[in-house]
Amino acid sequence: MVEFALPKNSKITGGKTWPKPTGATEVREFKVYRWNPDDGKNPSVDTYYVDTNDCGPMVLDGLIWIKNHIDPSLTFRRSCREGVCGSCAMNIDGQNTLACTRSMHDVKDGAVKVNPLPHQPVVKDLVPDLTNFYAQYASVEPWLKTTSPTPQKEWRQTHEDREKLDGLYECILCACCSTSCPSYWWNSERYLGPAALLQANRWVSDSRDEATGERLDNLEDPFRLYRCHTIMNCAKACPKGLNPAEAIAELKLKMVERQI
Amino acid sequence: MSATDTPKRSMRTPLGRVRNLGAAHSGTSDFWRQRVTGVAMTLLMIPVLVIIMMLLGRNQVGAAQILSSIPVAVILLLFIFASAWHMKIGMQVVIEDYVHNEKLKLVSIMLNNFFSVAVALASTYAILKLSSGV
Repeated sequence: MVEFALPKNSKITGGKTWPKPTGATEVREFKVYRWNPDDGKNPSVDTYYVDTNDCGPMVLDGLIWIKNHIDPSLTFRRSCREGVCGSCAMNIDGQNTLACTRSMHDVKDGAVKVNPLPHQPVVKDLVPDLTNFYAQYASVEPWLKTTSPTPQKEWRQTHEDREKLDGLYECILCACCSTSCPSYWWNSERYLGPAALLQANRWVSDSRDEATGERLDNLEDPFRLYRCHTIMNCAKACPKGLNPAEAIAELKLKMVERQI
Repeated sequence: MSATDTPKRSMRTPLGRVRNLGAAHSGTSDFWRQRVTGVAMTLLMIPVLVIIMMLLGRNQVGAAQILSSIPVAVILLLFIFASAWHMKIGMQVVIEDYVHNEKLKLVSIMLNNFFSVAVALASTYAILKLSSGV
């Protein structure tokens, strides 16, 4: 059966409360998930106090402030700090999102609770192991596939056909959607998940691609595609405002369309 | 779960694991049938409710009299057919979602098929028996 409870060694126990910064007039409490693969201990939740007058407004700014001023061992991914790279995806106050675009002031009550993306193996602290997620993306073969001779210049596309890719090409593969999906939690080994399926639809919808049928063949499976039960957590979580559930519905429609 | 405690260790590449046995090239028929039976049940819901209201408080003779009408019997038979099929597909989805042990999954799906067919046949038999006045 599906495992509903956390394994024994993943249960959260205790956690350290770090002292408040001296001289700070305004502080914000952060409760951050910690797990170190080297010390053999269970995960814990550490409490930090961030001097909000000394750092930027986003949750990522708070985490960087903690790393620079309190605890250099705190581990998380970050790069662009402006919602483009998708590195700092994490669960903030119960919602998967990007730490760089979520303001700590939007978290209304009490502490800012920060956890790694749910239901993924943890590498350390807030860093999830996304190997399976990336392999699923690779499995949809996200590149233009053609058999016609390559044109002298570019593969041409009408403006209308190009518009069909809007709402699909913007995905930054942060994994917020897939890791918010209960179907993906239970069957991530066989269900491709919202992110990979949105990308699959991006290539199925591309008028320049000549492998549409093969792509649909590769997706037509009770698990790869049809584990989506339109729960819509993906659309709620997407920090780019995309709708993976709609993209998956379009894929299902195309499946029906080619049979009926 | 920590990366080092991943239960199923394997030397297979991540892409190999994702591709696994390949796509089944099925699932669309079940997806479509679930929609067809869902729409059918929605359309049949009101006439079925009317028939049930008509049957309330009647004895067997009274019920047999109502069911002897061909439209009434056909509506009930269609409803049984649509709902049993819908139930079978829906339950199979739930089993596939939550039962991960392969043997248990196969047995559960088999029992689900038997149960759905048995319910459909028993209901059909009852309706036919009453409507034919036997």
